Amino acid sequence: MDFSSLIGCVSSASCMVTQSLSGLTIGMLLFLVASGLSLIFGVLKITNFAHGSFYMLGAYFALTVYQVTNNYFLAVCGAALGVGLFGVLFERFLIRRIYGSNVLMQLLLSYAVILILDDIVMLVWGSEFQSMGMPDLFRVPPIRFAGAYIPVFYLFLIVAAFAIAGGLWFLIEKTRFGKVVRAAAHNGEMAAALGINTSLLYSFTLGLGGVLAGLAGGLAAPVRSLVPGMGMSILIESFIVTVIGGMGSIVGAFVSAIVIGLTRSFGGIVMPEFTDGLMFLVMVIVLIVKPTGLFSKGRD
Amino acid sequence: MGKTGKRSIHRRAFVKGIGGVAMVAAVAGFPAIVRARNTGPIRIGVSAIMSGRVAQMGSSSTNGAIMRVDAFNTSGGLNGRMIELIIRDSKGRPDEAARINRDFINRDDCDMILSLEASTGAFAVQEVVRELGTLCMHCLSETSSLTADPKLRTPNAFRSGRQGAHDAISAGSYAASIAKEKSLKKWMTVGPNYAYGHDTTEQFLNYLNHFSPDIELGSQLWPKIFQPDYTDVINKILQEKPDAVFTCLWGGDLSSFIEQGNLYGLFDQAQYFCIALADYTTMAAVKHLPSGIHSGNRYVSTFPGSATNAAWEAEYVRQFNSRPTNWSWEAALGMQFLIEGIRKTGSSDGNEIAGVLPGMIVNSPFGVDGTITMRAEDQTIVEYGTGWGVTQSTEPFMPNVTPTDWKLIYELEAAWKKEQGYI
Repeated sequence: MDFSSLIGCVSSASCMVTQSLSGLTIGMLLFLVASGLSLIFGVLKITNFAHGSFYMLGAYFALTVYQVTNNYFLAVCGAALGVGLFGVLFERFLIRRIYGSNVLMQLLLSYAVILILDDIVMLVWGSEFQSMGMPDLFRVPPIRFAGAYIPVFYLFLIVAAFAIAGGLWFLIEKTRFGKVVRAAAHNGEMAAALGINTSLLYSFTLGLGGVLAGLAGGLAAPVRSLVPGMGMSILIESFIVTVIGGMGSIVGAFVSAIVIGLTRSFGGIVMPEFTDGLMFLVMVIVLIVKPTGLFSKGRD
Repeated sequence: MGKTGKRSIHRRAFVKGIGGVAMVAAVAGFPAIVRARNTGPIRIGVSAIMSGRVAQMGSSSTNGAIMRVDAFNTSGGLNGRMIELIIRDSKGRPDEAARINRDFINRDDCDMILSLEASTGAFAVQEVVRELGTLCMHCLSETSSLTADPKLRTPNAFRSGRQGAHDAISAGSYAASIAKEKSLKKWMTVGPNYAYGHDTTEQFLNYLNHFSPDIELGSQLWPKIFQPDYTDVINKILQEKPDAVFTCLWGGDLSSFIEQGNLYGLFDQAQYFCIALADYTTMAAVKHLPSGIHSGNRYVSTFPGSATNAAWEAEYVRQFNSRPTNWSWEAALGMQFLIEGIRKTGSSDGNEIAGVLPGMIVNSPFGVDGTITMRAEDQTIVEYGTGWGVTQSTEPFMPNVTPTDWKLIYELEAAWKKEQGYI
């Protein structure tokens, strides 16, 4: 454990800026995936283990749109819409059949979808890894601030993720649709009895989860290698985020994603070989203190 | 009692009957089987990783083997006997690799094995072929002990792939020469956190210290394999400001590291030595490959710079519409050795072929002087092209490679083997 490096970093403006920015970058991508996961669980009471594959699909959709149009913003939008549509189809044809089933059935179905999607990606895009490359707009030297290097693309990524988080919060908390979603999350049967079309709502919720995962995949594509199976690692981290924040809580996902991001970036200085362990440690501590997660409204 | 006796007689009669049938079958059928093996196709079992994150290892290596087999079959085979490849997916699991290879031998009646497994799978296959005595060519495992350690070696198993020990000597001597030339004192290392990463880094540092004892070693970073984000690694490098960084990251991990490092201008701030960059599938996949990165050659058509090597790459691209990898040439070479053995003995008998492989020299586009030798003493290849060069951002990505002198490799390899107790 290298605490002297951590103390050195905390007392250095450049290191603090660099590490904080890194933490936010990691956290914001995690938030986009975890918020979809949390939303789906909150409304449908389904743990979508295939959500990492949604992120993978988003990255590949973005790659294809970018190769065709050479426009990164279209690529991200294409990824979001493509995965959103896939989410709707996923709910209509698969998830709908296991509502009320136990977790084992959810796991089996999701895992089958993970394997099928990995193979489809391999058939369509090939087994070798692919790289989108940095769009020309962001191929500029990093900004120097307080002695730190700040990549322009990461600034964009953080701002975009904050904007999406704000939009999502507004949608859920301040609109009529958000009220319906919250009502269905609280008691789906009662919501249906009051005339809410829960069938449509469930499809829309999975579609929205897909949009968020697709956005994450599209935003990550310029800096991460695209390879079949790439969704698995982000899925595990996203689960940690949702567990810490509280299953079903968007605000919880946002806060805990930032906590996990900062844990990774600063923890990497103290224990570079134990950063994954640190994330789980944070999760264990939260589960001991508040078993339902930091922002869950459920009883502990 | 009587019933029991009656039943006993029936059982004896049954056993006698079965024995008689078996004898008749043996006398009448055995020559038929022998005839079948001398006249039917030559079956070669190929176990490879065809799925999962390193499926490219299986697809590009089987392509290399298929090219050789197609050429053999088109030329008429062995007196009309064609080679039939039976390719199965081991999924990168050693237990599955062992099971598949047992099936090749016991059920599919394969004459020999072409193992396109990574090291963990190759060691499992080695135990199967040691037990069953079938001829095996390991093509992709780069772990030196597989053939260097006499306890692991078996007379019926050979290796047609490069070796970690050779690459480490090559890397250490090249890096030390650049370190002296550019006064690179402070080094860092970045390696994937599993056996390959640790072994390769340790061996590199051994030889770097051997050739340039005055270097200072800073942090050694071990990101997990398939880690998507390298920001923590990049930040640590930016903090320490080393003169040089050695990395044995490979494939998609290396690509991510480079793409993310580019955002910070990382590659302008130190000299980078990437042992596994110079493979087209990595160099061409990285959209903005920085110039000036030092790399060991994996497969580039510019080294060895012969017309045959360029022609081989062109033919591969024509057939498979993708570029060959390091694994492609290793598998193509392994298949070539087996075919040469078949031709030389005029047989598909593994024992006979194993007898002619030690010391065999074949003409090869991948040989540093146009030939590659299957060294008799440890049944592994030598004199293949190994060296280092510097990247440029456009094709051909690595125009010049400085070859490593094989005399130097032999000398230091012998010292290493002595140190390990292998000789």
